Amino acid sequence: MAVDHAGHAGFAGGPVPADRAGIDPTAILRDFDKGKTRLLPDGRTLREWDIVAVDKEFEIAPGVMFPGWSYNGRIPGPTLWAREGDALRINFTNAGAHPHTMHFHGIHRASMDGTPGIGAGSIEPGQRFTYEFDATPFGTHLYHCHQSPLAPHIAKGLYGGFIIEPKAGRPKADDEMVMVMNGYNTDGGDDNEFYSVNGLPFHFMDHPVQVKQNALVRIHLINVLEYDPINSFHVHGNFFHYYPTGTMLTPSEYTDTISQVQGQRGVVEIRFPYPGKYMFHAHKTEFAELGWMGFFEVSPE
Amino acid sequence: MTRTQPTPRTTRSATTRFPSSGSTAGARRRKPRWLLGLAPLTLIAVLLGLFSLLNGPGLASLGQGVPPKEEVAVENIRLSPGQIELTVRNEGPDPVSIAQVNVSDYYAAFTQTAPTMAPMQSSTLTVSYHWVDGDPYEVALVTSVGGKITAVIDAAAPSPERDGSFFGLMGLLGIYVGVIPVALGMLWMPFIRRSSAAWVRGLLGVTVGLLAFLTFDATLEGFELVTDNHAFGGTLVVILGALAAYLALEAVDAWMRRRREHGNGPAALPPNRLALLIAVGIGLHNLGEGLAIGSAYAVGSLALGASLIVGFAIHNTTEGLAIVTPLARTRPSMVRLVLLGLIAGAPAVLGAVFGAASYQPSLSAFLLGLGAGAVGQVAVKLLPLLKDNSGRIITPLTAGGILAGIAVMFGTGLLVVA
Repeated sequence: MAVDHAGHAGFAGGPVPADRAGIDPTAILRDFDKGKTRLLPDGRTLREWDIVAVDKEFEIAPGVMFPGWSYNGRIPGPTLWAREGDALRINFTNAGAHPHTMHFHGIHRASMDGTPGIGAGSIEPGQRFTYEFDATPFGTHLYHCHQSPLAPHIAKGLYGGFIIEPKAGRPKADDEMVMVMNGYNTDGGDDNEFYSVNGLPFHFMDHPVQVKQNALVRIHLINVLEYDPINSFHVHGNFFHYYPTGTMLTPSEYTDTISQVQGQRGVVEIRFPYPGKYMFHAHKTEFAELGWMGFFEVSPE
Repeated sequence: MTRTQPTPRTTRSATTRFPSSGSTAGARRRKPRWLLGLAPLTLIAVLLGLFSLLNGPGLASLGQGVPPKEEVAVENIRLSPGQIELTVRNEGPDPVSIAQVNVSDYYAAFTQTAPTMAPMQSSTLTVSYHWVDGDPYEVALVTSVGGKITAVIDAAAPSPERDGSFFGLMGLLGIYVGVIPVALGMLWMPFIRRSSAAWVRGLLGVTVGLLAFLTFDATLEGFELVTDNHAFGGTLVVILGALAAYLALEAVDAWMRRRREHGNGPAALPPNRLALLIAVGIGLHNLGEGLAIGSAYAVGSLALGASLIVGFAIHNTTEGLAIVTPLARTRPSMVRLVLLGLIAGAPAVLGAVFGAASYQPSLSAFLLGLGAGAVGQVAVKLLPLLKDNSGRIITPLTAGGILAGIAVMFGTGLLVVA
């Protein structure tokens, strides 16, 4: 049955329900995985995660099955959260059918870089490896597979957010969330057929991001889009402070639109002065109408 | 000429008798012949049925891990305000489901008649999209496994409504491009009748040239219709159509000759029958042409301006000439002439109406193939009439005529680049 989108793009029948899709963008928003922690003799915190690469099929649009590669069965993978200076240990198991790695953006030794041919290099199917390094520098980062060919190894779903909180913390936010901008190339061509935030095209159109009036909302915005050179983020009826890469505590810009190339990311801090529904989307409207659009729904104080 | 003797009969009876000359000859009642023919066929059907019921015993692993092959042809696109309607057909070996439709990178709401298309099955998708008059669009059909089938709309324009007046218009169009030009061409009849034998041979050469041109033209036109459509064999249907028409006309010709001229030598075809054959061939060709025009107009890919219709008319006028040339030395009645004209021209009316009503590229291509074969057969049949006193077919005069015929068709064909 045709669905009236009231002038918006959208799928016939609306977006795929999260449980059927295998991806829940709303749950991913505020799901910061802080790992298992324990105190080290030197007083530092050790954070440990178990990450498994698995091949899994997702229904990314009604009726469209995407044979994905995922970290822990989700696209994007878990958002790993640490505090600056923590000792990190990521126990990686490759349960997929192809060799994979975990390559973190951060400062670490070459052997822990997750690059084929360096250190443990490619982790073959059935093999495991533990990546160990310290959480530095603070900021909004990402991790992804670095196995060649790179484009499909990333674009099939092997990526996730990696947030390092400053040692002294950031100013307290009322709401903190992560948004990973991605795309799906379903036909093997040189472009994407679908675009999304947190993995499911058009999801936030029908399930708006719920925020409170005047609350400080901090968004870790990460672009992992492949096949297209630039992605962007634009919000309606409002402006925000932008902290590129989140590595400084002073914003570089007060704007309503920013752009990011592959791997680029930053922190968006925004307060909504009025209640109501405000759209956010890639200002590259092609991406928007192929899935990368949604709403903030601001409830009155 | 000597195939009337009953030799085949003896050969056949000898063969059937052969097996019974064994030791048990005559002991058992012989099985009827039809049973011997039918038994293997039944066995094949039963075995194949069992094989597919059991899903290919022992071979199941062959299909494992092989991704489905998705081949879909877009057969028709119709536009109405706020809506795009596409008819697509699965021309691959596996079922195909269209899961989403995006129009120039915009996911649009749609409905479809067959959510999953079996091989050869078609589906009609109705897409809600506020297209802009004159704008080009690319419609991408995204399948359940993420494949993409694209259809291009060069310039969006509303597709004509298919009501009574529309079909009337198509019929009129057929009369303009088929009936009237052929009739006009036949007005050369008196001129031909007064021409000398040499002139007539030259004009017959022209006719052969016209028909030769039409043979190639119709074949290529048929190929063009099915280049992207392989559901029913693609370009093969054109060749098969041509072959079928050629053989059918040859067989009819041979049959008529045996009935009427029993025992007589192989005379050249009588002029009346030759003219009829030409008319039939051209009629088949015009049926295909009418289909092509009607469907092209219906799907909005052809703007039928006056100049294009004039082009078609001039192009087809020459066909009238082709019909009357063999009649140079006869006195056909007016009724016969009108009938010949209608046989050749009226199918254009039929074609235009059918083409506009329901367009099926493979069927149109097949009909164009039939036309090509029919016209080609007639061209071959005309060749003996080109003989001069020395018995030669190709002389400077007839060769010049053939070339002139081809040149005229080529030149007038340039008027209808559609």
